[in-house]
Amino acid sequence: MSRVRVLVGTRKGAFILTSDGKRAKWKVSGPYFAGWEIYHVKGSPVDPNRLYVSQTSSWFGQIIQRSDDGGKTWFQPGTPPGEPTTTPDGMPKGESNKFVYDTSPETGKPLTTHQWYDGTQHPWEFKRVWHLEPSLTDPDTVYAGVEDAALFRTTDGGKSWHELAGLRGHGTGPKWSPGAGGMGLHTILLDRENSNRMYIAISAAGVFRTDDAGKTWKPVNRGLTSQYIPDPNAEVGHCVHRIAMHPSRPDVLFMQKHWDVTRSDNAGESWREVSGNLPTDFGFVVDVHAHEPDTIYVVPIKSDSEHFPPDGKLRVYRSRTGGNEWDALTKGLPQKDCYVNVLRDAMAVDSLDSCGIYFGTTGGQVYASSDGGDSWNAIVHHLPAVLSVEVQTLK
Amino acid sequence: MIRVVLPYHLRTLARVDAEVQLDVKGPVTQRSILDALEARYPMLAGTIRDHVTQQRRPFLRFFACGEDLSFESPDAPLPDKIASGEEPFLVIGAIAGG
Repeated sequence: MSRVRVLVGTRKGAFILTSDGKRAKWKVSGPYFAGWEIYHVKGSPVDPNRLYVSQTSSWFGQIIQRSDDGGKTWFQPGTPPGEPTTTPDGMPKGESNKFVYDTSPETGKPLTTHQWYDGTQHPWEFKRVWHLEPSLTDPDTVYAGVEDAALFRTTDGGKSWHELAGLRGHGTGPKWSPGAGGMGLHTILLDRENSNRMYIAISAAGVFRTDDAGKTWKPVNRGLTSQYIPDPNAEVGHCVHRIAMHPSRPDVLFMQKHWDVTRSDNAGESWREVSGNLPTDFGFVVDVHAHEPDTIYVVPIKSDSEHFPPDGKLRVYRSRTGGNEWDALTKGLPQKDCYVNVLRDAMAVDSLDSCGIYFGTTGGQVYASSDGGDSWNAIVHHLPAVLSVEVQTLK
Repeated sequence: MIRVVLPYHLRTLARVDAEVQLDVKGPVTQRSILDALEARYPMLAGTIRDHVTQQRRPFLRFFACGEDLSFESPDAPLPDKIASGEEPFLVIGAIAGG
């Protein structure tokens, strides 16, 4: 019988929630890495017991953790304790928590600054890993989206990380700027049908696409309109909060932007708004049903300063038409006095026959629906603020 | 033998439950202690000082023999009591707000 494993990153540690395919009873494990901010936990699609964790701290910086047994045990995949940190010829061995921006001449334009809040240029400074995206084909290959925005990759299971510098080097980097939450590369989408194609999204720069496995990139933001930037239709500068795709239809993308829910039907070449009858088009998450490529989910948030649901009612909105026409899903969700937020990486879906939808809140609840969103249950109530949610469907 | 006291989270990362004892070759300085610490516990690289600049992370300070040495040169000799192991070298994290 199938099982599900929900990987939850919070402000104060990671948790693993497990259940059988009925998804009625849950076991909670954790906290792992207690006291640390866990921005993201994600498993390899090739080897589900291979898990990667982004563990961060304002005090101690960035740590990458890995498990090869589904979360029972963990280790940092760099040089083992007590072993020499250099090879006999003096070269450094793996340092799993080392993320250093590429400034080599062959990247063409090694950038050293981006736009700061006041419009001046500011040095690129590594702060943390926001998102880890394991390869679809190799458990040792993982992409990491970091703040300040850049894309890194490991091909040795997390022992060492190297920047795909063509993203920062393609030309618009000096125009990227941080939002209030920092300048993070938060979304990485891999195209199952075209291994050379990948999308990433940055706040506040926009969406970028590569068609040559990360060597070169281009912005794909045409059609986006953002009234909060000097040129509302600029090539870059849009505060994209999240993008999502259905694996079977990788040219169709859905976006929750700072304001506006949008979609693209041509691999990001152009976007159109599909906010329709949403009570507010601000929010963070967007995701796609596992078996219905036109069924999508968002959680509207009242505004960019209040960051809580309209009217104190926590409602997931579902569109079965790929946008524009939305229905509020409320059964089992608090409909009064609810003032939590749902952050951009905190929604995921399983792939059981009756698709499960999951999301976590800044109030520490993780809600699950085993019927495509018709009804919800809090499978855990009192975690620290949830930063990320991922789901694995296990055979 | 040099004694080093680490904050709780770094002890957890290094999988030690008490102060660390290190052999340090040559002059005993902040840099030589941290080099020896990172060589023995590679998972601590980058957690106390930046990987590239080698600058102390902003929320950490170094103390020894009751003195704040955070702004001393990393290559300045440390007190004899540190070199002899009579006193520990302390890595202290800033107190969390709240």
